[in-house]
Amino acid sequence: MDFAFSEEQDLLRASARDYLRDRFPAERVVSLAESDAGWDPTTWKELADMGWLDPSLGLLEHAVIAEESAYALLPAPWFATVAMSWPLLDDSLREAVAAGERSVTVAHHGELTRSGDTVTGTFTLVPDLTSVTDVIVVGADGVYAVQADPDVVVARSTMDRTRRLGELRLDRTRARRLDIGDAQVDDARRRALALAACEAVGLAQRALDLAADYTKTRQQFGRVIGTYQGVSHRVSNIFVSLQLARSLAYWAAWAVSESDPQRDSAVAAAKSAATEGAVFACENAIQVHGGIGFTYEHILHRYYKRAQWLEAFEGYGREHRAAVAAAILDTDATDPEVAA
Amino acid sequence: MDFRDTADEAEFRGALRTWLHENLPSDWADRPPAVGRWDEAFTREWTRKLYDGGYVGLTWPKEYGGGGAPHTYQGIYLEETARIGAPDHIGVIGLGMAGPTIIAWGTDEQKKRYLQPLLSGEEVWCQGFSEPGSGSDLAGARTRAELDGDEWVVNGQKVWSSYAHIADWCNLVVRTDPEAEKHRGLSYLLVDMHAPGVEVRPLRQITGDPEFNEVFFTDVRVPRDSILGNPGDGWNVAMTTLLHERGTLGFALTAALERQVFNLIKLAKKRRPDGTRAADDPVVRDRVAQQWIDLQALRFTNYRSLTSLQKTGVPGPEGSVAKLHWSETNQRLTKLALSLEGLASQLDGEGGIWDGYWQYQQLRSRGNTIEAGTSEVLRNIIAERVVGLPRSR
Repeated sequence: MDFAFSEEQDLLRASARDYLRDRFPAERVVSLAESDAGWDPTTWKELADMGWLDPSLGLLEHAVIAEESAYALLPAPWFATVAMSWPLLDDSLREAVAAGERSVTVAHHGELTRSGDTVTGTFTLVPDLTSVTDVIVVGADGVYAVQADPDVVVARSTMDRTRRLGELRLDRTRARRLDIGDAQVDDARRRALALAACEAVGLAQRALDLAADYTKTRQQFGRVIGTYQGVSHRVSNIFVSLQLARSLAYWAAWAVSESDPQRDSAVAAAKSAATEGAVFACENAIQVHGGIGFTYEHILHRYYKRAQWLEAFEGYGREHRAAVAAAILDTDATDPEVAA
Repeated sequence: MDFRDTADEAEFRGALRTWLHENLPSDWADRPPAVGRWDEAFTREWTRKLYDGGYVGLTWPKEYGGGGAPHTYQGIYLEETARIGAPDHIGVIGLGMAGPTIIAWGTDEQKKRYLQPLLSGEEVWCQGFSEPGSGSDLAGARTRAELDGDEWVVNGQKVWSSYAHIADWCNLVVRTDPEAEKHRGLSYLLVDMHAPGVEVRPLRQITGDPEFNEVFFTDVRVPRDSILGNPGDGWNVAMTTLLHERGTLGFALTAALERQVFNLIKLAKKRRPDGTRAADDPVVRDRVAQQWIDLQALRFTNYRSLTSLQKTGVPGPEGSVAKLHWSETNQRLTKLALSLEGLASQLDGEGGIWDGYWQYQQLRSRGNTIEAGTSEVLRNIIAERVVGLPRSR
């Protein structure tokens, strides 16, 4: 039993932190979030140059990047491309992604009809649709790759302005059929859930750091507010929830990467606990900040909105708990260790 | 990162499973969970078997009679014994707290004298920390010890002392210098519970059981060298004990919770007289699943803390959450279990479900957020020592 990242993975984390601190200070993130595009497309090449889009990276490396990039609230279609699309990419897309030339998202919510080498149909709620170059469309009769050209993309106003949702309107759009089966679609979903949990951990860590920094310095009634237990215990509660979520998120990432028999329960547990934990962390961080935490000017609401985005992504907590319940209550196995 | 057992760990786990099956009564796995009342003779016999089997003090240094094994082995031991619901060693206080403190602070002579009988269960330890006037505020202890020739003379009262009624020894925090600043005036004595002047009175809890005791000391004479560290070191020695209490506890508690989640699942799946199962109610399903998730979160948090302990020699900050989260999770779990029983949840004896098992567990769980550091104290510790907020006092 060894619950530690490798030296190489720790180095990756350190270099990710350096890059993000240097290139994505809070002021820049805010100005990008408020811009029309929502991000700076030259970022993509930087990520490729750092090796973040390299096909050789495994899920544990992705877990590290997800956590750190969420901590900085990096606005880029990294989650759509790496967390959601990775197992669905064919060789040509994979190479173009690694070179920083293409970026990809996945469209699930809609219906598709095919005619020759074109497809028609509307898909809603597509993450980062306005930022990516390509879309993998999962239809009932097959999986297709289409280009995210402006004529098929409609932006939707989204609470989290660093990860916007869009609508894909395909009308006899040229499409390439991909050789993708259910197993790869399931694998993509598991990866996305595990990495959503890792992102949530990064958000909660940032909320904890913001809450700790503020309550260490802010004074009221002649004392630093962190000395009041009504305040400090909220901060402790964020810490507890964060540590538990982190354990589950790493477990899920490991279980998926190793095709462990418990992987489905692991991702369900991690996704529900970590995303709810991130929302909890942000809400408590806002509360201990008082009025300033409630302003648009403060960075916290942007973390809060990302946390809520992740909580809503691929099912709220109760839907994942329903999956866990089916595994432990509807089988003959009674041992919670072997069940689920 | 790899959560699977290594080959050595798997071999140890396999051998332990076999050993447990061979040594527990043959119908053990089929017995309903015991209500919680405790059979001293059976526990003593079991303790001896554990000791002879080489399963006591697995991670203690070999020179003191331990197994010298890595910490993961203790984790595996706790997981496996909890899964089958095996009884504890009789000396849980000694193994978890007194023993490690003696290893850290004791003289060679003290180690030779106390550790072996502690491991074998021949001598049972209890702890004399809390007092009626100082619970969370340990440094406020008022039980005093004064030197008279070559002996300390101890007078005062301790409370919430588990196992005191069968204990042979007590690790006792006393005030030896009333003039000193309160943390510096304490000393840590090893007191013979059979000495004249020691009186143990059982305290009944809300379960009706006397699990804890009050201990009165009236002119109890203790040899001058029955002390850990020097006079005045008591606070630092006690901190070692508490570190072990809270540190090694995580695995034991999580293992116990795993057993409890197992019981909860069993209860939820049981057909009730009207033919329905609680497990078909979507609200129940959601809450049972949450319990399972909380259990996994604790398990992997322990593993993370253990990895940090093995790599760096100190448990990671994540370790401080285990007891706090376990206690609140266990309280939710036992309340949930009772709520599955309708008005029958009020029957606490024969004729009740599992003869009052859950009724006992639910009442007992209220102590979980109080014993071994209240949740309020633990939240202070996390805020101040882990997150780094300024001290509240």
